[in-house]
Amino acid sequence: MTTGTTSSRKAPISRKAMGTAALLALAAVLPLAITEPSQQNFLILILMGAQMGVAWNIVGGYAGQVSLGHAVFYGIGAYTSTMLLTTLGLTPWIGALAGGLLAAIFAIAMGWPCFRLKGHYFAMATIAVAEIVQILVTNSDALEGAVGLYLPMDRNGWGWLIFLSKLPYYYVILGLLVLTVLVSWLIERSHIGYYFRAIKDEPEAARALGVSLTRYKLIALSVSAFLTALGGSFYAQKEMFIDPGSVFAGTISIKIALIAILGGVGRLTGPVLGAVILITIEEYSRTLFGSTGSGTDMIIYAAMIILVAVFSPSGVLGLLGDLHRHLGRHLPGTKPAEVKTEKMEIRP
Amino acid sequence: MNTAPLLAVDGLGKAFDGLIANRDISFVVHHGEIIGLIGPNGAGKTTLFNCLAGFHTPTTGRIAFEGHDITGSTPEAAAALGIARTFQIVRVFQSMTALENVMVGAMLRNKRVAEARDRAEEELAFVGLSHRAGTPASDLTVSEQKRLEVARALATEPKLILLDEVMAGLNPTEVREASALVHRIHQRGIASIIVEHVMEGIMPIAHRMLVLDYGAKIADGTPAEIAENPAVIAAYLGE
Repeated sequence: MTTGTTSSRKAPISRKAMGTAALLALAAVLPLAITEPSQQNFLILILMGAQMGVAWNIVGGYAGQVSLGHAVFYGIGAYTSTMLLTTLGLTPWIGALAGGLLAAIFAIAMGWPCFRLKGHYFAMATIAVAEIVQILVTNSDALEGAVGLYLPMDRNGWGWLIFLSKLPYYYVILGLLVLTVLVSWLIERSHIGYYFRAIKDEPEAARALGVSLTRYKLIALSVSAFLTALGGSFYAQKEMFIDPGSVFAGTISIKIALIAILGGVGRLTGPVLGAVILITIEEYSRTLFGSTGSGTDMIIYAAMIILVAVFSPSGVLGLLGDLHRHLGRHLPGTKPAEVKTEKMEIRP
Repeated sequence: MNTAPLLAVDGLGKAFDGLIANRDISFVVHHGEIIGLIGPNGAGKTTLFNCLAGFHTPTTGRIAFEGHDITGSTPEAAAALGIARTFQIVRVFQSMTALENVMVGAMLRNKRVAEARDRAEEELAFVGLSHRAGTPASDLTVSEQKRLEVARALATEPKLILLDEVMAGLNPTEVREASALVHRIHQRGIASIIVEHVMEGIMPIAHRMLVLDYGAKIADGTPAEIAENPAVIAAYLGE
């Protein structure tokens, strides 16, 4: 979180560290208690969603550059590691890194022209780029087009990141989420994080203080793309099959952004909370409607976007912050929450 | 020491689609000087600021900073060279605290967060906002936000600071405080160009006044000379 930087530098950090450690310990033992494979799969889906959301939040939240085309990075990650595995027999440990680098390079190439556009126009450009790439991949014979790619079943174990049970996948994605959160946290605490927030709040003022908008927006997008691509590689390893519809689709872009927006943008914990809520609703609706309800995910996303836009533009975290402050005002002796909301209040 | 003046503007002009906002403006600013820039509304003062700070590319003319041609440079390059500015309509980083706002400025010279924080604390103290360090910038009064912008600009360690109407809307006590602040900036060896409508704020402290009217410079002299200048009186009072 971004608050508490000045007044209380020491004590809350150790308390926060303890909270983080407790949460990690809980996450580590959780699948030992929940052994049912479908339920373990549900936990994996939540961690995957959280990882996407935290990665998106770096550019969409901190730097305020809303991308609705993040599936392009997810797909690049999935396809790169899978192609390297199927054609060259390269381990996905290296393949995923290659995918991340390729996605970061792609992010710079697409960000260069797209960042000349502001606000909604940038978001629209990202949709266009992602759609174009999906169409290109669908029509590419080298990438097996619409047929998709299967991962080899005969190689498994930690060297190939292919497992016969759910449990190892759980720990891999947990590790990837921890890495993604760590990168976010390091950015948040460094000058880069301050520059991102400055660019989001007042780009012209940031420039007057020597901040190059292009450079820092490209840093935000490429780091976010790298981490999103790692998530895409994980998806391929877990599903053992990818096609353009499963990793490059527009719905994935919407889902990635929505997870962060739903939880609360610009804060470390927001996307994690968003993933828990969104994936839970998604999975329950799936069991409720079954395969006949294809397309229900889109209905749910739409409903979520409307609810967030109408009731809490600062996401669920912002809502909790408002609630806490509201209670604090009425209960003597309790301190009002220090949760900072993205929604601006009117100045005195 | 460099013998070139800090800032030399030569024949500067700026037109927007045929609307001429600045025409043939020339002047120099020496190290540490306090320059008042005045003129009726629409005289082109803010346009001139935007040209100096790299926000506009001049249509004609040259701008030299410490002898180097900086015509048409970017705002971030101008900031790196030592030109800082405030905005007429305040542009504080609303989601940050006062201290964090100033830290962003300090990071131009020092990317280490802890050191930028120390530097920012000094600048907040300099403008008298230490007690508001942890307050979200959006919760400050307009007068405090204006001082915050000054602290943020000073944190970039400029040689020249462009202050755009920092005294507008202030009460007489605050105007005196703002004048004293400008004088203390001068004592640090930093030159300033101050766009101001509040004459009682600027006249006592300026070493020199530039007067613009309809985009052109009509007078350049000490405050006493300016007050007597017939062209200036005509521009302000009408014929």
